[in-house]
Amino acid sequence: MNKPPEERAKDVTTVSSAEHTRRDFLYIATGAVGAVGAAAVLVPLIAQMNPDASTIAAGAPIDVDLAPIADGQIIKVFWRSKPIFIFHRTKKEVEEAEKVNVASLPDPEPDSARVKQGHDQWLVVIGICTHLGCIPLAHQGEYGGWFCPCHGSVYDTSGRIRSGPAPKNLALPPYKFVSDTKIQIG
Amino acid sequence: MSGHSTYQPQNKFLQWFEKRLPLGGLIHSSFVAYPTPRNLNYLWTFGGILAFMLGVQIVTGVVLAMHYTPHVDFAFKSVEGIMRDVNYGWLLRYLHANGASMFFLAVYIHMFRGIYYGSYKEPREVLWILGVIIYFLMMATGFMGYVLVWGQMSFWAATVITNLFSAIPGVGDAIVTWLWGGYAVGNPTLNRFYSLHYLLPFVIAGVVVLHVWALHVAGQNNPTGIEPKSDKDTVAFTPYATVKDSFFMVVFCIVYAWFVFYIPNFLGHADNYIPANPAVTPTHIVPEWYYLPFYAILRAIPDKLLGVIALGASILILAFLPWLDTSKVRSARYRPLFKQFFWLFVIVCIGLGWLGAKPPEGIYVILARIFTVYYFAFFLIVMPLLGIFEKTKPLPNSISESVLGVKA
Repeated sequence: MNKPPEERAKDVTTVSSAEHTRRDFLYIATGAVGAVGAAAVLVPLIAQMNPDASTIAAGAPIDVDLAPIADGQIIKVFWRSKPIFIFHRTKKEVEEAEKVNVASLPDPEPDSARVKQGHDQWLVVIGICTHLGCIPLAHQGEYGGWFCPCHGSVYDTSGRIRSGPAPKNLALPPYKFVSDTKIQIG
Repeated sequence: MSGHSTYQPQNKFLQWFEKRLPLGGLIHSSFVAYPTPRNLNYLWTFGGILAFMLGVQIVTGVVLAMHYTPHVDFAFKSVEGIMRDVNYGWLLRYLHANGASMFFLAVYIHMFRGIYYGSYKEPREVLWILGVIIYFLMMATGFMGYVLVWGQMSFWAATVITNLFSAIPGVGDAIVTWLWGGYAVGNPTLNRFYSLHYLLPFVIAGVVVLHVWALHVAGQNNPTGIEPKSDKDTVAFTPYATVKDSFFMVVFCIVYAWFVFYIPNFLGHADNYIPANPAVTPTHIVPEWYYLPFYAILRAIPDKLLGVIALGASILILAFLPWLDTSKVRSARYRPLFKQFFWLFVIVCIGLGWLGAKPPEGIYVILARIFTVYYFAFFLIVMPLLGIFEKTKPLPNSISESVLGVKA
């Protein structure tokens, strides 16, 4: 205790650097437990920002009656706060969608992969532009499908991206036909 | 730099306090005795103006928060309540909304000043990078504040900006859902933006302290870009800088007041007086004016991921400026070529701002692409090469020589 501080400091460094001691182990073990603990605390702090239970519960499947939708009409319903476009396509619009050269598309997908078999007049897509999330306008753009006013993406009657900055086709929500005139989304 | 405090309080209590916490000495040495170059022009008053604007935003923001409700059903209504019912609410909100614009106007002048006079060069690299961090925090804060109004532009700005993260391959969608706290921008999003919008200004204030600290370690740059060499080159912060800063702050406030009292909505968008509607995107969505150049860069690139990368890079590149500029001479005053490229850069930035507000079609897209190329070329090609090829003008021997002329 009587030694000047620099002498005492020397004692400590000599001891600890000479060989691995129990104290070194305790330092490392304590540090490691502390680091794991700090990381564990981050889990709730980060996870709290994900959708909460009520939001997930409100995202349950919904039924949509198709009977009132006229030929060529597009309606908009909401599922999980996302707009869903339900497009009752005319014969001409279906043909247009089918006869496109798939290989020439930015996101190649045949029309048959985007509708349910035997219900090819019904196109059900998530109405969110795959560029930056705007809602495209129906029956606009040169391909008779949608046009996004934000950055100019153009979609065809199958909801496929044809031109503009959007990288992908309009996404398909999970849905099934409960009967010929009713679908369940979700 | 000298500037050690000669602070000797006469008052007995202040002497007692100073011994225990030398606060008076710190203030005295930083803002009274601190030597500032004698040739600082009015462009150097914007640091003080920015500190003032941060104060204005915090004070008006805290009182607005007393009347605002961060809920999707009440947010827009509560803002209208502030405008119509709260005593002086219209004034406080217009001060806050236009204050954000004035804050950005001042920061852009401050940044261009830094680039023109080479204020980022050794030994001020850390000072500059702290400034870039402040600017980035300002952008985040301004964006989230704009969302709180919960008008159509607020909602769709939130949607578009958060969707930028969806461009990240693999985890993009998961990150966006995490940011939203739902399947789309909604109440959880509004709530967290409110929380962060209240927090970030204080984070900015913290980084500002570091920024000023770093400034006082390196000392201020000046229009000649050469360091003060003797006491003849400097004057005391008080009264010289204090008075000059105060004078120009008043001039700046005249402009600010003109916006607040005469054209309070000039910089806003009419669409934001329509309550947020998740079912309809406005036909022409544009961000606030201070983000327009970056928005133009985003839209100039036809690929989603590359567009987002270019947007991020256009801001991040500023942090590398101290190493991209290879010239030994700081001030553009002695760099004839750099001066021309600099003014072209200013024009390009303003041009990008103009293009960001135009629809993304035809000639606008082509111009935006040309301007984007120059924006990056200025940093990546012009700056490194000029240091090698430019023939600079002779530097004066000292600041006082440049002010007073060489004695015969």
